[in-house]
Amino acid sequence: MKCSEFLQELTNYLEGVLDEKTKAELENHLSWCHNCYVVCDTTKKTIEIYRDSQLYELPEDLRTRLRSAIMTKCLQQKKRGPQSV
Amino acid sequence: MGAIQNKLVEPVSDELALVRAAKQGDDSAFEELVRRYDRNVFRIAQHITQNREDAEDVVQEAFLKAYGNLAKFQEQSKFYTWLVRIAVNEALMKLRRRRPERTVSLDEEIKTEDDSLPREIADWSPNPEQQYTQAELREILSKTIQGLPPGFRTVFVLRDVEGLSTEETAAALELSVPAVKSRLLRARLQLRERLGRYFQKRESGDGNQ
Repeated sequence: MKCSEFLQELTNYLEGVLDEKTKAELENHLSWCHNCYVVCDTTKKTIEIYRDSQLYELPEDLRTRLRSAIMTKCLQQKKRGPQSV
Repeated sequence: MGAIQNKLVEPVSDELALVRAAKQGDDSAFEELVRRYDRNVFRIAQHITQNREDAEDVVQEAFLKAYGNLAKFQEQSKFYTWLVRIAVNEALMKLRRRRPERTVSLDEEIKTEDDSLPREIADWSPNPEQQYTQAELREILSKTIQGLPPGFRTVFVLRDVEGLSTEETAAALELSVPAVKSRLLRARLQLRERLGRYFQKRESGDGNQ
Protein backbone atom coordinates (compact mmCIF):
# COMPACT_ATOMS: atom_id res chain seq x y z
CA MET A 1 0.00 0.00 0.00
CA LYS A 2 1.29 3.45 -0.94
CA CYS A 3 0.86 6.56 1.20
CA SER A 4 -1.74 7.98 -1.22
CA GLU A 5 -3.73 4.74 -0.99
CA PHE A 6 -3.52 4.88 2.78
CA LEU A 7 -5.02 8.37 2.72
CA GLN A 8 -7.90 7.21 0.54
CA GLU A 9 -8.74 4.54 3.11
CA LEU A 10 -8.16 6.71 6.19
CA THR A 11 -11.79 7.80 6.56
CA ASN A 12 -13.08 4.25 6.29
CA TYR A 13 -10.39 3.06 8.69
CA LEU A 14 -11.29 5.63 11.35
CA GLU A 15 -14.92 4.73 10.85
CA GLY A 16 -14.09 1.07 11.41
CA VAL A 17 -15.79 -0.03 8.20
CA LEU A 18 -12.83 -1.52 6.33
CA ASP A 19 -12.84 -5.15 5.31
CA GLU A 20 -10.28 -7.32 7.12
CA LYS A 21 -7.90 -7.57 4.17
CA THR A 22 -7.66 -3.81 3.53
CA LYS A 23 -7.44 -3.14 7.26
CA ALA A 24 -4.50 -5.54 7.57
CA GLU A 25 -2.74 -3.91 4.59
CA LEU A 26 -3.31 -0.48 6.09
CA GLU A 27 -2.02 -1.50 9.51
CA ASN A 28 0.99 -3.09 7.88
CA HIS A 29 1.65 0.23 6.14
CA LEU A 30 1.29 2.07 9.44
CA SER A 31 3.78 -0.25 11.10
CA TRP A 32 6.66 0.97 8.93
CA CYS A 33 5.55 4.35 7.54
CA HIS A 34 6.07 6.84 10.35
CA ASN A 35 4.58 9.78 8.45
CA CYS A 36 1.29 8.00 7.82
CA TYR A 37 1.24 6.79 11.39
CA VAL A 38 1.55 10.39 12.59
CA VAL A 39 -1.11 11.61 10.16
CA CYS A 40 -3.49 8.86 11.27
CA ASP A 41 -2.85 9.43 14.96
CA THR A 42 -3.12 13.22 14.85
CA THR A 43 -6.22 13.11 12.64
CA LYS A 44 -7.86 10.91 15.22
CA LYS A 45 -6.80 13.33 17.95
CA THR A 46 -8.18 16.24 15.91
CA ILE A 47 -11.59 14.58 15.80
CA GLU A 48 -11.51 13.73 19.50
CA ILE A 49 -10.44 17.22 20.56
CA TYR A 50 -13.29 18.82 18.61
CA ARG A 51 -15.79 16.26 19.81
CA ASP A 52 -14.83 16.76 23.46
CA SER A 53 -14.34 20.52 23.25
CA GLN A 54 -17.85 21.66 24.21
CA LEU A 55 -17.33 24.43 21.73
CA TYR A 56 -20.40 26.62 21.29
CA GLU A 57 -22.45 25.29 24.16
CA LEU A 58 -25.78 27.06 24.48
CA PRO A 59 -25.89 28.84 27.87
CA GLU A 60 -28.90 27.78 29.94
CA ASP A 61 -30.39 31.30 30.27
CA LEU A 62 -30.17 31.94 26.54
CA ARG A 63 -31.60 28.49 25.93
CA THR A 64 -34.67 29.23 28.02
CA ARG A 65 -35.11 32.58 26.30
CA LEU A 66 -34.83 31.06 22.83
CA ARG A 67 -37.24 28.24 23.62
CA SER A 68 -39.80 30.65 24.97
CA ALA A 69 -39.44 32.87 21.88
CA ILE A 70 -39.78 29.84 19.60
CA MET A 71 -42.94 28.59 21.29
CA THR A 72 -44.50 32.07 21.30
CA LYS A 73 -43.86 32.46 17.58
CA CYS A 74 -45.13 28.94 16.87
CA LEU A 75 -48.41 29.69 18.62
CA GLN A 76 -48.76 33.00 16.77
CA GLN A 77 -48.18 31.15 13.52
CA LYS A 78 -50.81 28.60 14.47
CA LYS A 79 -53.36 31.31 15.19
CA ARG A 80 -52.73 32.94 11.83
CA GLY A 81 -53.44 29.60 10.20
CA PRO A 82 -51.38 27.58 7.74
CA GLN A 83 -49.05 29.50 5.47
CA SER A 84 -46.37 28.63 3.03
CA VAL A 85 -42.94 28.91 4.59
CA MET B 1 -5.85 2.35 16.66
CA GLY B 2 -9.47 1.41 16.79
CA ALA B 3 -12.56 2.94 15.32
CA ILE B 4 -13.90 6.21 16.62
CA GLN B 5 -17.14 5.87 18.46
CA ASN B 6 -20.02 8.03 17.39
CA LYS B 7 -21.44 10.40 19.94
CA LEU B 8 -25.11 9.56 19.83
CA VAL B 9 -27.42 12.53 19.94
CA GLU B 10 -30.28 11.22 22.05
CA PRO B 11 -32.27 8.03 22.16
CA VAL B 12 -34.71 8.24 19.29
CA SER B 13 -37.15 5.62 20.51
CA ASP B 14 -39.90 8.08 21.34
CA GLU B 15 -38.92 10.75 18.83
CA LEU B 16 -41.53 9.56 16.38
CA ALA B 17 -44.20 9.54 19.09
CA LEU B 18 -43.36 13.17 19.90
CA VAL B 19 -43.46 14.13 16.23
CA ARG B 20 -46.84 12.48 15.75
CA ALA B 21 -48.25 14.13 18.85
CA ALA B 22 -46.94 17.49 17.63
CA LYS B 23 -48.56 16.89 14.25
CA GLN B 24 -51.84 16.34 16.07
CA GLY B 25 -51.47 19.78 17.63
CA ASP B 26 -49.78 18.88 20.92
CA ASP B 27 -47.49 21.87 21.39
CA SER B 28 -45.88 20.50 24.52
CA ALA B 29 -44.66 17.58 22.39
CA PHE B 30 -43.10 20.05 19.97
CA GLU B 31 -41.56 21.94 22.87
CA GLU B 32 -40.00 18.67 23.99
CA LEU B 33 -38.44 18.29 20.53
CA VAL B 34 -37.06 21.83 20.86
CA ARG B 35 -35.64 20.95 24.26
CA ARG B 36 -34.09 17.83 22.84
CA TYR B 37 -32.34 19.36 19.88
CA ASP B 38 -31.84 23.09 20.52
CA ARG B 39 -28.26 22.66 21.71
CA ASN B 40 -27.34 20.62 18.64
CA VAL B 41 -28.95 23.10 16.26
CA PHE B 42 -27.19 25.99 17.99
CA ARG B 43 -23.79 24.28 17.75
CA ILE B 44 -24.28 23.48 14.08
CA ALA B 45 -25.48 27.01 13.33
CA GLN B 46 -22.61 28.61 15.20
CA HIS B 47 -20.08 26.40 13.42
CA ILE B 48 -21.47 27.35 10.03
CA THR B 49 -22.18 31.05 10.57
CA GLN B 50 -19.34 31.73 13.04
CA ASN B 51 -21.59 34.41 14.48
CA ARG B 52 -23.46 34.17 17.74
CA GLU B 53 -26.37 36.40 16.77
CA ASP B 54 -26.89 34.55 13.50
CA ALA B 55 -26.76 31.23 15.32
CA GLU B 56 -29.50 32.37 17.70
CA ASP B 57 -31.63 33.44 14.73
CA VAL B 58 -31.03 30.12 12.99
CA VAL B 59 -32.21 28.19 16.05
CA GLN B 60 -35.46 30.15 16.12
CA GLU B 61 -36.06 30.08 12.38
CA ALA B 62 -35.23 26.39 12.02
CA PHE B 63 -37.68 25.33 14.73
CA LEU B 64 -40.33 27.72 13.49
CA LYS B 65 -40.00 26.32 9.98
CA ALA B 66 -40.07 22.78 11.29
CA TYR B 67 -43.25 23.62 13.22
CA GLY B 68 -44.89 25.20 10.19
CA ASN B 69 -43.96 22.32 7.92
CA LEU B 70 -44.48 19.44 10.31
CA ALA B 71 -47.40 18.13 8.26
CA LYS B 72 -45.04 17.80 5.29
CA PHE B 73 -42.51 15.74 7.25
CA GLN B 74 -42.86 12.28 5.72
CA GLU B 75 -41.28 10.33 8.61
CA GLN B 76 -38.96 8.59 6.16
CA SER B 77 -35.92 9.97 7.92
CA LYS B 78 -35.35 10.82 11.55
CA PHE B 79 -36.94 14.10 12.60
CA TYR B 80 -33.51 15.24 13.75
CA THR B 81 -31.97 14.72 10.29
CA TRP B 82 -34.84 16.67 8.73
CA LEU B 83 -34.40 19.45 11.30
CA VAL B 84 -30.65 19.57 10.66
CA ARG B 85 -31.29 19.99 6.94
CA ILE B 86 -33.55 22.98 7.65
CA ALA B 87 -31.02 24.46 10.08
CA VAL B 88 -28.08 24.04 7.70
CA ASN B 89 -30.01 25.80 4.93
CA GLU B 90 -30.94 28.66 7.24
CA ALA B 91 -27.34 28.97 8.43
CA LEU B 92 -25.95 29.00 4.89
CA MET B 93 -28.46 31.69 3.97
CA LYS B 94 -27.22 33.83 6.87
CA LEU B 95 -23.67 33.32 5.75
CA ARG B 96 -24.48 34.33 2.18
CA ARG B 97 -26.16 37.48 3.43
CA ARG B 98 -23.12 38.42 5.48
CA ARG B 99 -20.56 37.57 2.86
CA PRO B 100 -22.15 38.28 -0.49
CA GLU B 101 -18.72 38.74 -2.01
CA ARG B 102 -17.75 35.16 -1.30
CA THR B 103 -19.27 32.04 -2.76
CA VAL B 104 -20.97 30.02 -0.09
CA SER B 105 -21.89 26.62 -1.34
CA LEU B 106 -21.76 23.02 -0.31
CA ASP B 107 -20.77 22.15 -3.85
CA GLU B 108 -17.36 23.66 -3.74
CA GLU B 109 -14.99 22.55 -6.39
CA ILE B 110 -12.95 19.57 -5.39
CA LYS B 111 -9.36 20.19 -6.29
CA THR B 112 -6.91 17.49 -7.26
CA GLU B 113 -6.23 14.67 -4.86
CA ASP B 114 -2.69 15.95 -4.27
CA ASP B 115 -4.18 18.98 -2.64
CA SER B 116 -5.26 16.97 0.36
CA LEU B 117 -1.89 15.31 0.85
CA PRO B 118 -0.51 16.39 4.20
CA ARG B 119 2.47 18.70 3.93
CA GLU B 120 3.24 19.04 7.61
CA ILE B 121 3.94 15.71 9.22
CA ALA B 122 5.52 16.73 12.52
CA ASP B 123 4.11 14.80 15.45
CA TRP B 124 2.11 16.37 18.26
CA SER B 125 3.05 16.35 21.87
CA PRO B 126 1.12 13.85 23.98
CA ASN B 127 -2.15 15.35 25.33
CA PRO B 128 -1.55 18.60 23.44
CA GLU B 129 -4.85 20.05 24.62
CA GLN B 130 -3.50 20.12 28.16
CA GLN B 131 -0.93 22.75 27.20
CA TYR B 132 -3.74 25.27 27.09
CA THR B 133 -6.50 26.45 29.38
CA GLN B 134 -10.07 25.56 28.39
CA ALA B 135 -10.65 29.11 27.18
CA GLU B 136 -7.43 29.16 25.14
CA LEU B 137 -8.24 25.79 23.65
CA ARG B 138 -11.73 26.88 22.59
CA GLU B 139 -10.24 29.98 21.00
CA ILE B 140 -7.75 27.83 19.07
CA LEU B 141 -10.41 25.36 17.94
CA SER B 142 -12.80 28.11 16.95
CA LYS B 143 -10.16 30.05 15.01
CA THR B 144 -8.95 26.90 13.31
CA ILE B 145 -12.34 25.71 12.10
CA GLN B 146 -13.22 29.21 10.88
CA GLY B 147 -10.42 28.87 8.36
CA LEU B 148 -12.14 25.97 6.59
CA PRO B 149 -14.49 26.58 3.67
CA PRO B 150 -18.14 26.46 4.88
CA GLY B 151 -18.85 23.27 2.93
CA PHE B 152 -16.03 21.45 4.68
CA ARG B 153 -16.74 22.65 8.19
CA THR B 154 -20.42 21.81 7.77
CA VAL B 155 -19.61 18.20 6.90
CA PHE B 156 -17.07 18.01 9.74
CA VAL B 157 -19.44 19.37 12.36
CA LEU B 158 -22.33 17.10 11.38
CA ARG B 159 -20.24 13.98 11.08
CA ASP B 160 -17.54 14.40 13.71
CA VAL B 161 -18.96 16.80 16.29
CA GLU B 162 -22.65 15.90 16.19
CA GLY B 163 -22.04 12.25 15.38
CA LEU B 164 -24.43 11.89 12.43
CA SER B 165 -23.61 8.88 10.26
CA THR B 166 -22.13 9.44 6.82
CA GLU B 167 -25.50 8.56 5.29
CA GLU B 168 -27.40 10.93 7.60
CA THR B 169 -24.91 13.70 6.85
CA ALA B 170 -25.38 13.09 3.13
CA ALA B 171 -29.17 13.20 3.53
CA ALA B 172 -29.10 16.36 5.65
CA LEU B 173 -26.86 18.17 3.14
CA GLU B 174 -28.36 16.61 0.01
CA LEU B 175 -24.93 15.43 -1.01
CA SER B 176 -23.85 11.99 -2.20
CA VAL B 177 -22.08 9.65 0.25
CA PRO B 178 -18.79 9.82 -1.73
CA ALA B 179 -19.01 13.64 -1.69
CA VAL B 180 -19.46 13.61 2.09
CA LYS B 181 -16.51 11.24 2.51
CA SER B 182 -14.28 13.32 0.28
CA ARG B 183 -15.13 16.57 2.10
CA LEU B 184 -14.78 14.90 5.46
CA LEU B 185 -11.29 13.63 4.65
CA ARG B 186 -10.19 17.05 3.45
CA ALA B 187 -11.76 18.82 6.41
CA ARG B 188 -10.11 16.47 8.89
CA LEU B 189 -6.70 16.72 7.23
CA GLN B 190 -6.86 20.50 6.99
CA LEU B 191 -7.89 20.85 10.63
CA ARG B 192 -5.16 18.44 11.66
CA GLU B 193 -2.56 20.45 9.80
CA ARG B 194 -3.75 23.77 11.21
CA LEU B 195 -3.97 22.47 14.77
CA GLY B 196 -0.41 21.18 14.39
CA ARG B 197 0.78 24.77 14.63
CA TYR B 198 -0.40 24.80 18.24
CA PHE B 199 0.07 21.19 19.22
CA GLN B 200 3.38 20.28 17.65
CA LYS B 201 5.96 18.47 19.67
CA ARG B 202 8.60 21.01 20.53
CA GLU B 203 12.14 19.74 20.13
CA SER B 204 13.69 22.66 22.01
CA GLY B 205 11.21 22.35 24.84
CA ASP B 206 10.91 26.09 25.35
CA GLY B 207 7.15 25.94 24.94
CA ASN B 208 6.87 29.10 22.86
CA GLN B 209 5.02 29.49 19.58
